[in-house]
Amino acid sequence: MTEKARIATLWLDGCSGCHMSLLDIDERLLDIAGKIELVYSPVVDAKEFPENVDLTLVEGAIASDEDIEKIKLVRSRTKLLVALGDCAVTGNVPAMRNNFLLEDVLHCGYVENATDNPGTPTIEVPKLEPKVIPLHELVPVDLFVPGCPPSADLIFFVLSEVLAGRVPDLATQCHFGN
Amino acid sequence: MQTIRINGITRIEGHGKITIQLDDHGVVQDAHLHVLQFRGFEKFCQGRPFYEMPSITARVCGICPISHLLAGAKACDAIMGLRIPEPAELLRRTVHLAQITQSHALSFFHLSSPDFLMGWDANPAERNILGLAAKYPDLAVEGIRLRKWGQHVIELLGGKRIHSPWIVPGGVAAPMTEATRDEILKSIPDALGIATRTLEFFKHMMEELSDEVETFANFRSLFMTIGRKDGNLCLYGSGRRHEGRLRFADADGHIIADNIHPRDYQQYVGESVDSASYMKAPYYKPLGFPNGIYRVGPAARLNIARQCGTPLADEALNEFRQRFGNVSLSSFHNHYARLIEIVFAIERMQQILQEPDILGKDIRAEAKANEAQGIGIIEAPRGTLIHHYKVDGNGMITSVNLIVATGHNTLAMNRGLRQVADKYISGRTVTEGALNRMEGLIRSFDPCLSCSTHADGKMALEVDVLNADGSLQQRIARE
Repeated sequence: MTEKARIATLWLDGCSGCHMSLLDIDERLLDIAGKIELVYSPVVDAKEFPENVDLTLVEGAIASDEDIEKIKLVRSRTKLLVALGDCAVTGNVPAMRNNFLLEDVLHCGYVENATDNPGTPTIEVPKLEPKVIPLHELVPVDLFVPGCPPSADLIFFVLSEVLAGRVPDLATQCHFGN
Repeated sequence: MQTIRINGITRIEGHGKITIQLDDHGVVQDAHLHVLQFRGFEKFCQGRPFYEMPSITARVCGICPISHLLAGAKACDAIMGLRIPEPAELLRRTVHLAQITQSHALSFFHLSSPDFLMGWDANPAERNILGLAAKYPDLAVEGIRLRKWGQHVIELLGGKRIHSPWIVPGGVAAPMTEATRDEILKSIPDALGIATRTLEFFKHMMEELSDEVETFANFRSLFMTIGRKDGNLCLYGSGRRHEGRLRFADADGHIIADNIHPRDYQQYVGESVDSASYMKAPYYKPLGFPNGIYRVGPAARLNIARQCGTPLADEALNEFRQRFGNVSLSSFHNHYARLIEIVFAIERMQQILQEPDILGKDIRAEAKANEAQGIGIIEAPRGTLIHHYKVDGNGMITSVNLIVATGHNTLAMNRGLRQVADKYISGRTVTEGALNRMEGLIRSFDPCLSCSTHADGKMALEVDVLNADGSLQQRIARE
């Protein structure tokens, strides 16, 4: 690849652990810095998701109307969309609220556990979806990288393969519980 | 009336938006932080066995999972009604100090230093850790290495850097080997070298940052932390030593409430719902809402602490106080305080690793649920973290309340936003640099919005300045 690869990372409904695991590639980050352009990510200041992105790593599940809007836009502008981590792949922890009615979950947070001005926030905040879903239930996903979080080595493997122009084969690289 | 929206604050740990209200003359009327996601841990943990709570709530936050593991484990210790063995406590404290280092390093180097080094008004496309690496490679490499050091210590102890299953109710899951202890001890001088060099560097840089000190949430408020009997900086709050009680100080540094047992926290801390944010706003109950505004975190801790309790950190704290006073009212000083705390964390870890009990094999006490509820409180990197669980007769969770560090600072962040807006935003045009300073104010608190709504995220920004009729007056976009 002669031109720099245009890479983005997106953080939906997750804990940021997958992004931290990405940073855990440590100095190797600087090794690949010359080969990539990080065009959109929580750690850079671009505010608009750009066109023509080669690879987007998506952490987190889809939980709100805003998440739906974002992932659709990101999908339409990304060549290789990666579901990074168990929340993006299966819904995982955010989807644990699916066992309950959304109104009960909100009532617990904002009425039962409040001592002043009880009630669900409604101003300037996204509307939560009744059920949390993994990415592929809404948009096509090109690669699934499981883990809570996926290890730094696994994420580095994915990046290295993509930068070498290959689609990573994860079958031999990861197993459940790691 | 106009509204400016900074929709998608970047270089913070979470998913937030700022709105700024202007009147028809372009004068700032109000500014507000909105936290945009919500996950509902307090509900969906109901029905789970209590001993699962540390590992489940670690998933509140991937930046400081150790904080949730520790607060959760402490709450479980209380439910079991036991005191954990000394080696377990020393090991928990060690891993906590590693986490303080890695999290503070992330905040300082990866997220905030681009503002100081590249400039508040620098090209947004370069104002990040990779831009920093191109322009100041030595500093960027040191930042990456310091964070790596903290993460590596966590991995050596817990087997995994993020969401380690090693911290458990009753203690920890495995003892420390001599080889691990020696490896960490050997790496300490290098980590301490990075920490002291960075502190020295930032100390000199402070001269250029006096505007930020003056306007970044610089006002009188209360401060809260957990405390030790000797008054020194307290991060873990040792149960065996009867430490870790809540302590409040006023803006002059006088202690106004002290020795508050975790089980009594609700007499002092109330939670108000902000209808325009998924983050609740805690307040000091005796003063009510919103007068009971208080701050937590590194600067608040150092305001309350008598000393840190280790030589280099104490020297740094004394120098800081000589320069800025015994109580620093500006939240911009969180950056400086973070660097002092990193020095402290590494020095303290060195001391703890030399305790004979650190290699002890007695690492876990076991019991069933003996109490109907348990409350665990620690100082997370960002401030005081409270986990409160109730269980039924089978030890199944019936109620959960989590008050996270960032939440405590909600009122202060909003007041700080107003202060920065008053200084940098006026008239009808708004510069990108002014907006970055609004975000910089938020970054100085190192908020973890993942934690604070037990949710997370982040997104694209467009800033619209709207006229009273809702029509677009100005749009500022960042490429």
